Amino acid sequence: MKEKEKIIVLNDVKKFYYMGDNIVHALNGINLTVYKGEFIAIMGPSGSGKSTCMNMIGSLDVPTHGTIFLDNEDTSSLSESDLSELRGSKVGFIFQQFNLIPNLTVKENVMLPMDFQGIPKKERKKIAEELLRKVDLTDRMDFYPNQLSGGQQQRVAIARALANDPEVILADEPTGNLDSKTGDRVIDILNSLNNEGKTIIMVTHDPDLAREHAKIVYWLKDGKIEKITKKKRN
Amino acid sequence: MVNYYQYSLKNLRRRGIRSWLTLLGILIGITAVVALITLGNGLKTAVNSQFGVSSTQAITIQAGGLNLGSPGSAVSTPLTKQDAEAIGKLSTIEFATTRNIEQLIIEYNNKIKVNYIIGIEEGTEKESYELIGIASENGRLLQSGDSKKIVIGHNFIDGKKNGFEKDIKIGKSLMINNQSFIIIGILEKKGSFIMDNIIIMPEKDLDNLVHFGDNVDIIGVKVKDKDLMDKAKEDIEKLLRKRRNVKVGKEDFQVSTPDAILSQVNSVIGGIQIFIVLIASISILVGAIGIVNTMATSVIERRKEIGIMKAIGARNKHIFLLFLVESGFMGFIGGLLGVIFGLFIGYFGTVGINNFVGITAKPTINYFLIFFVLIGSFLLGALAGILPAMGAAKENPVEVLR
Repeated sequence: MKEKEKIIVLNDVKKFYYMGDNIVHALNGINLTVYKGEFIAIMGPSGSGKSTCMNMIGSLDVPTHGTIFLDNEDTSSLSESDLSELRGSKVGFIFQQFNLIPNLTVKENVMLPMDFQGIPKKERKKIAEELLRKVDLTDRMDFYPNQLSGGQQQRVAIARALANDPEVILADEPTGNLDSKTGDRVIDILNSLNNEGKTIIMVTHDPDLAREHAKIVYWLKDGKIEKITKKKRN
Repeated sequence: MVNYYQYSLKNLRRRGIRSWLTLLGILIGITAVVALITLGNGLKTAVNSQFGVSSTQAITIQAGGLNLGSPGSAVSTPLTKQDAEAIGKLSTIEFATTRNIEQLIIEYNNKIKVNYIIGIEEGTEKESYELIGIASENGRLLQSGDSKKIVIGHNFIDGKKNGFEKDIKIGKSLMINNQSFIIIGILEKKGSFIMDNIIIMPEKDLDNLVHFGDNVDIIGVKVKDKDLMDKAKEDIEKLLRKRRNVKVGKEDFQVSTPDAILSQVNSVIGGIQIFIVLIASISILVGAIGIVNTMATSVIERRKEIGIMKAIGARNKHIFLLFLVESGFMGFIGGLLGVIFGLFIGYFGTVGINNFVGITAKPTINYFLIFFVLIGSFLLGALAGILPAMGAAKENPVEVLR
């Protein structure tokens, strides 16, 4: 068996917030290693710190204590802008609220992450069209996000997350705003991406969803990992 | 390279009416500046034509200070025919003529009007016409020996313009101070309000009506050569100081060359231009502040969007430039529309002035100005957007996405 490559490592990560005079311990010493090609889920009730944890993994936020490695790079040593660029190329985000840019068309939304990486326009266009074909939205390329259903918007978001061919797809409650049927479709896409070799990290509060699809589930409570469950191979 | 331009234009369009309102200040300011400068040439030509400056070798002498009102009015020590004779003998002077100008009551078609009348000295009629720069369009001008005859300005022809509610033709008579004068000629249209409404009569006829004797209102002089203008002016001043017994700097007379009149007129126009540019600058400044405000609001409205863009890999530089270009575009569009409106107003304004006063001035299209305005308005917009754009770039993606 070949040795698995680490893609994300969290070492004793802590995050404190000040809320007035109180200190909120959002994360209280998280140790977590994600290997390439894994499908993991981070589970927990609201207030368990899973959103903060996701921000750390996606290097949107910096920890108060501890270190984070993204593809072997210590994120604490990077400037904010270099971090943005690293994030843009290594991580694709999928949000619960879809978070498409409202006044850009579907195609332009998918092209945007490549824009920031300085990919030439012709290539951006070609890749965007390819990705939109993959999520079955070829006929909606020139629509604006508000002309699409929630499920369609989330598929656009997936295409956008894939734009820079990142190692990791970070999905924050990707089905949270969708009905079960369209939600299933989104999960199917994530599964097939995982089969193609992408690392998928899904944050959810739905235990069934986590157990059914993720190979490893990290259960968070009060800013700590309470337990880790692994799915047996069928 | 990020497609800042497309993205900026989309955002401007999204804000619709708010974008337009923000542009307004800059638009109005730039319109005023461009219109004014485009009009400038027409304005100057028009105003200069009002003063009847025709010959570059003409010098006009009046008693008192330079008076743009009724010539010769409010004069203490008048000029005399003898002054004119003495001036005519100076070596630099080709000839000297005298004119008297009076306001008299004119009657025609049972309507009464007060009008300026110029008395032309007998014997130097041709010289006077050359200096004033007039010619007849119909009939003829006055000659030596004419009596009880007049020549009228172009505006008298038309009953709608002359105040008598009846067209006037050659051969008709006007009652001037209850004496009848027959019209023998009509002047060419000059484009000057004064000259198009004037009545010319022989000096001795005018003297019979008003009795000014040897006093004259204006001495008109032709200088032998254009290059002698300054010398001639000095000679005349020296001579008149002696004749009128006044010291240097205490002159109670005015010797005006065309250059002096033009420069005075132009300095008045220049003053007006500076004033309007000043007001326009305030408008532009207010416009720029409007852009700062709109951009700052826009940053707050788009915090989430900024967060999303940072999450998908936008550097601070990208966000900063997105907002900066957008703000620059607002300035640019304001400037562009201002240039278009300004040229439009300037062009048709000049055409309007031409029609109104009957001159042919060309609108000055200053391409350098247009180029400068367009670049400048983009830079001004960008400048106004710097602070908001910096604020946008500093937004923390986590805070923003929460």
